[in-house]
Amino acid sequence: MPEPANRRELMVACAAREIRDGDVVFVGMRLPLLAFALATATHAPRALGLFENGIMRDSPPAAPVVTMSDGPNHEGALLTGPMSRVMALLAAGRVDAGFLGGAQVDRHGNLNTTRIGPADAPAVRLPGSGGGADIASAARRLLLVMAHEPRRFVRRVDHRTSPAYGDGRGWRARAGLPPLESVTLITTRAVMRATEASDGFTLASVHAGEDARAVAADTPFGGPPPPDDVPPTTEPDAATLAAIRGLDPQRFWTGAA
Amino acid sequence: MDDAPGDKRCSMADAVAALVPDGSAVACGLALEAAIPFAFTHELIRQRRTGLTLIGPIADAVFDQLIGAGCVDEVEAAWVGNVTTGSGYCFRRAVEQGRPRPLLVRQHSNLTILVALQAAATGVPYLPTRTALGSDIATDHDGFAEVACPFTGARLLAVRAVRPDVAVVHVQRADAHGNAQAWGNLGVSVEAIGAARTVIVVAEEIVPTAVVRAEPDRTLVPGALVAAVVEEPGGTHPAPLPGVREHDPAAYTAYAEASATEDGFARWLDTHVLAVADRRAYRARFADA
Repeated sequence: MPEPANRRELMVACAAREIRDGDVVFVGMRLPLLAFALATATHAPRALGLFENGIMRDSPPAAPVVTMSDGPNHEGALLTGPMSRVMALLAAGRVDAGFLGGAQVDRHGNLNTTRIGPADAPAVRLPGSGGGADIASAARRLLLVMAHEPRRFVRRVDHRTSPAYGDGRGWRARAGLPPLESVTLITTRAVMRATEASDGFTLASVHAGEDARAVAADTPFGGPPPPDDVPPTTEPDAATLAAIRGLDPQRFWTGAA
Repeated sequence: MDDAPGDKRCSMADAVAALVPDGSAVACGLALEAAIPFAFTHELIRQRRTGLTLIGPIADAVFDQLIGAGCVDEVEAAWVGNVTTGSGYCFRRAVEQGRPRPLLVRQHSNLTILVALQAAATGVPYLPTRTALGSDIATDHDGFAEVACPFTGARLLAVRAVRPDVAVVHVQRADAHGNAQAWGNLGVSVEAIGAARTVIVVAEEIVPTAVVRAEPDRTLVPGALVAAVVEEPGGTHPAPLPGVREHDPAAYTAYAEASATEDGFARWLDTHVLAVADRRAYRARFADA
């Protein structure tokens, strides 16, 4: 028997499940890159992945990839070229799902990847938006993959780098942004989901060994109370787990969790 | 060919000395993660450039190194860090502590920096987009303004044109006149070349013009628009160059560990940049590829 999935492998499996066959997916780095590769190797062979450096591909890379510009992400790609090709598809509303992460997320799914602390005296300057603001602005569904640390789940992000539901219901339309179908937050302890109507995240499942109330208590951004009966997160089957380990054989992204 | 009219070949040291004065606005690291022109930025540091403005999307550790070396006053970028490991410690020290000097950051998203360069490349003062509406990026600095569409009335974000003084691209091959060919992921290279007043091509290899003419669909920029061509094999290490060289993640990890402290960065800079005469010497010591 292989050892059971660790939390990072479980997150990859959860994220892959959110990709539907035929989706156009804006893929990020690290776990999202693995999740997209896993989806194309399993249930979504017709999903198209867009990478912000200008690559489009629909299959797993043949060897591990550390950054999206590494050789194996070029080999077997369908298109390599300028960023404008992928950004145009995103901005025109043709991306079904986009991956994001961040240092902070609030109850409306807005992400901060710019700074912790005030603008004039930041305690930590983070690298910035990259393509995050663009994905949040225009993808139809957002998939957030983050470590479950209470300090990351805040009532108000210190800087709204990537806007999801903004201040809540009706905000996107007022801001001039297109509709956003859902935001799925996949953490090391649970899966949560928000919609425009939900006014915050609802626990969809908790990972093995987790208690829904304890998870909710460690997710202090406010919002709806957890439902009475939160199902456990479905574990990846043996074939899926083998596929994850095949994609990250050195456990570069999925080790130690 | 050396004496042919229009031969634009020169050394990296000469290109930087002649074309990138103090205070220049420099666009580089334009392809995202690949083709990062480390040989060029290390020469900027050796020549002790000051007062630079750096322009790029996700420019990798070159921006962090230039900031740590004290060359930079302003950054106009979507992301500043180390793409292999995350945080850029020199960037953090500059913003959080003003060390080695204060830094003005004009934050963009990838799409807004693309649009800003495209505006300059097409000769208009701004271009509209919907991206980042309602975000704090849109109000962080004066490069953005909300406008109403004159046709539909829809709310749009006007992105001010960004015009670099110099754009630098590392390409797989070029001829002596600067006709440059590149492939793989290109990021915002096309827009930055169009926007910049001066274009410097760094080429992995110099080839006869006939090679360019045989495959013109690979041409990134014709030589008529290029000021200088520097032949610099290995000039992107530790970044990859599609079809030529793989990414060297260990070098990025070592840089991240060293640059976590100011002293560590100073030692790293001495060893890898200041005490190294040029890229040939760097390759002999650090990238024997």
